[in-house]
Amino acid sequence: MRLLVLPILVPLTTAAVLILAPKRPNPQRWISLIGSVLLLTSAVLVFLRVNAAGVQVLQISAWPAPFGITLVADLFAAFLVVAVGLVGTAVAGVTFSGLDPRREAFGYHPLVQILLMGVAGAFLTGDLFNLYVWFEVMLVASFVLLALNRTRAQMDAAFKYVAINLIASSIFLTALGLLYGATGTLNMAHLARVWPTMSTSGFDTVLAVLFLIAFSIKAGLFPLFFWLPASYHTPPAAIGAVFAGLLTKVGVYALVRVFTLLFHNAPPPLFTLLLVMSAATMVIGLVAALYERDFRRVLSFNLVGHIGYTTASLSLLTPAALAGAIFYVLHHIVVITNLFLVSSVLLRLRRTTDRAGLGGIYRDHPVFSVLAMVPLFSLAGVPPLSGFLGKLAILKGTFDAGAYWVGGLVLVVGLLTLLSMGRTWADTFWRPADTADLAAPGMPSLIVIAALSLVTLAMTIGAEPLFELVSRGAQQLLHRDEYVNAVLGGLR
Amino acid sequence: MEGLLALASGVLYAAGIYLILRRRLAQLIIGLGLLSNGTNLLIFAAGGLTRARPPVVPDGANALMDRYADPVPQALVLTAIVIGFGLLAFSLVLAHRVHATAGSDDIDDVGRER
Repeated sequence: MRLLVLPILVPLTTAAVLILAPKRPNPQRWISLIGSVLLLTSAVLVFLRVNAAGVQVLQISAWPAPFGITLVADLFAAFLVVAVGLVGTAVAGVTFSGLDPRREAFGYHPLVQILLMGVAGAFLTGDLFNLYVWFEVMLVASFVLLALNRTRAQMDAAFKYVAINLIASSIFLTALGLLYGATGTLNMAHLARVWPTMSTSGFDTVLAVLFLIAFSIKAGLFPLFFWLPASYHTPPAAIGAVFAGLLTKVGVYALVRVFTLLFHNAPPPLFTLLLVMSAATMVIGLVAALYERDFRRVLSFNLVGHIGYTTASLSLLTPAALAGAIFYVLHHIVVITNLFLVSSVLLRLRRTTDRAGLGGIYRDHPVFSVLAMVPLFSLAGVPPLSGFLGKLAILKGTFDAGAYWVGGLVLVVGLLTLLSMGRTWADTFWRPADTADLAAPGMPSLIVIAALSLVTLAMTIGAEPLFELVSRGAQQLLHRDEYVNAVLGGLR
Repeated sequence: MEGLLALASGVLYAAGIYLILRRRLAQLIIGLGLLSNGTNLLIFAAGGLTRARPPVVPDGANALMDRYADPVPQALVLTAIVIGFGLLAFSLVLAHRVHATAGSDDIDDVGRER
């Protein structure tokens, strides 16, 4: 289906137009908003098609599957591409309430589009080497976005981020080389067919661990996440929103993909390892979040902690747990993006996101506070919001799989999240303070935050049909045949 | 030949990882470069080595019948070299700016406030 190339082509075109367009704020902002809306539209079209007709495949230049580059969309990928469009549109929207002028002149808008292209490409590709290339596209754009300023804190963050990601890429590439040496193919569907017949348990483990390390660095799993809270709070909050919403999810996506397609027969200790790493991520992330006092650092650690939920569910490899994981990823993308945008408004109001400078927001801006309440309490898992439903699904998945201690841990971590978010809410919005606002919140930001809050509410109200969809997505991931046959057709 | 390449790749990995563990920016970057070159050699060697048999279909034949060198790992390595080169150039510029901003090339000094 030709449509599949659109989520990659649209941001590329938008970026090209943005580079050629005048470097003044207004044309740049409008073009990137229009481009992002088009991206969202094309993503929704892809999703509708996948939903109606099953896994969709595009063989680039009509080279048949294991020889050329294949684009594939199953429900999981299609969902995530829609999320890319949504986050892109939201971030393009908030630039209307102002952005650092130097940053805007130095290519902020085209870089965001390239980043979106890289993420969409990573979700859609059906080839492991191609996945590596999309990773790099996405990383280069994120490197530049992170380093577009010369403050000391940002330089420090950017350098650590670049170094750790280059190391992760090298490990990923090493795994690719070994895998190609063993099988002679890097097409994921072809690998899914070939690998089980030729893998030996020793080599299986080596490769799986290499992939696990590489993708865990990207996803931010314990003990490989320390770069994330050190870097995500330094760039402007709008960039933080794209990073938090999408980049770690690409790591999670890659983990899900290789573990469901290639390593589902891997030795059980491997899954125990993933489970233990996820459990440690949840606990340490949330305990650290309780310790932090800065709104954005609290969010960064919450982001880390909640990645653990999804990978813990992945390690169980049951339909219910995977469905919960997909639901949770989608909920989390919307909510964490929204919260970073909330922090951008706080930053504009008070020039800081530290606890000391905040407080009294509810008194001064009741509408904004109510809007911010939706993602805040959804992340905390307060019923009936989408975070609660996601956690419920994951809990059910873990209990059904007999992993009671993980389920118990999910509950404990849920409580810690509630504490962390409750305290953030009290400190930021309720606590009386005599600090005055330095600027207006900015209408465009409020509209975007309201829209994302509405999406969260829609995911809450429409949870049942949505849950049916993610369950189907989980079935597709676990029953590889539909994916493999769609890509390879009759090829043996 | 495979053994030699494997050894070379291993030495590059080891040297790269050693340099990455240092605190100086320049050493770290050289380490990253060595690591990516080690990876390239590994891909090249893992794809199998065939001497003097290019994957070109001879005149009068429809397909390659004999043993031939697999072009895919070479294409992969080429792509990886280009990407690695770009990233290395970027990280050099970044290191330069870090040095200019922080006045130190010790990675621990950069994060510390003066």
